[in-house]
Amino acid sequence: MADMKVDVKGETCPVPLVEMRKAIRKVAPGEIVEVIGTHPASKKEIPMAVEALGLELVDIEETDGVWRIRIRK
Amino acid sequence: MNNYKGDNMVDETKKADKATIIVHSGDMDKIYSALIVANGALSMGMEASLYFTFWGLQRLQKGGLEKGPLSKMHFIGLGKSMIKSRMKKANVASLEHLFKDFKELGGKVIACEMTMEIMGVSKEDLDQDLIDEYGAVGTYIHEARDSKITLFI
Repeated sequence: MADMKVDVKGETCPVPLVEMRKAIRKVAPGEIVEVIGTHPASKKEIPMAVEALGLELVDIEETDGVWRIRIRK
Repeated sequence: MNNYKGDNMVDETKKADKATIIVHSGDMDKIYSALIVANGALSMGMEASLYFTFWGLQRLQKGGLEKGPLSKMHFIGLGKSMIKSRMKKANVASLEHLFKDFKELGGKVIACEMTMEIMGVSKEDLDQDLIDEYGAVGTYIHEARDSKITLFI
């Protein structure tokens, strides 16, 4: 379950990263943001941002080129 | 809304890392570079300042954001429309969209006063909603001296 879902399928650099950051600002500590996208570099870079922001990476999965990253604030 | 230092989750007691970019060029492709780097920095928990000077300042004139030529192969606008249609195909965000995100994430815009004087540009000519501060070299150094990333674009 996610408290906020961010759909960035089809979006390219830097939109997935920026939308993730915007969503994190909106949720309360402990809540989960789920980002769903297709941009390959963002699948690597969102976890880097999660680390830099001191957040918790819950899990990452990918099916048919669509990835799903869950982050706890 | 623009200032969210308290929201930085890296370490509440420490000042956030900062990126400061001089936007000297008014070329469309270079404005893209500046905004993409700045938005990336903001997204990864840094603060970001853009210092618009010289040709870059023209992009802050009312309605001027998307008006820059291509830095290479502009060909009186032909090259630019070709690149723009390719960008649209690749679903690249518009400069207006990137600028809106930049401001929403707390990015700061500084307009160079000397350029305004040289180019005969008044505050009324500029899109003042975008600008946080008017300054000179001292403002840039003040921002840049404790920045981890500084770029001249």
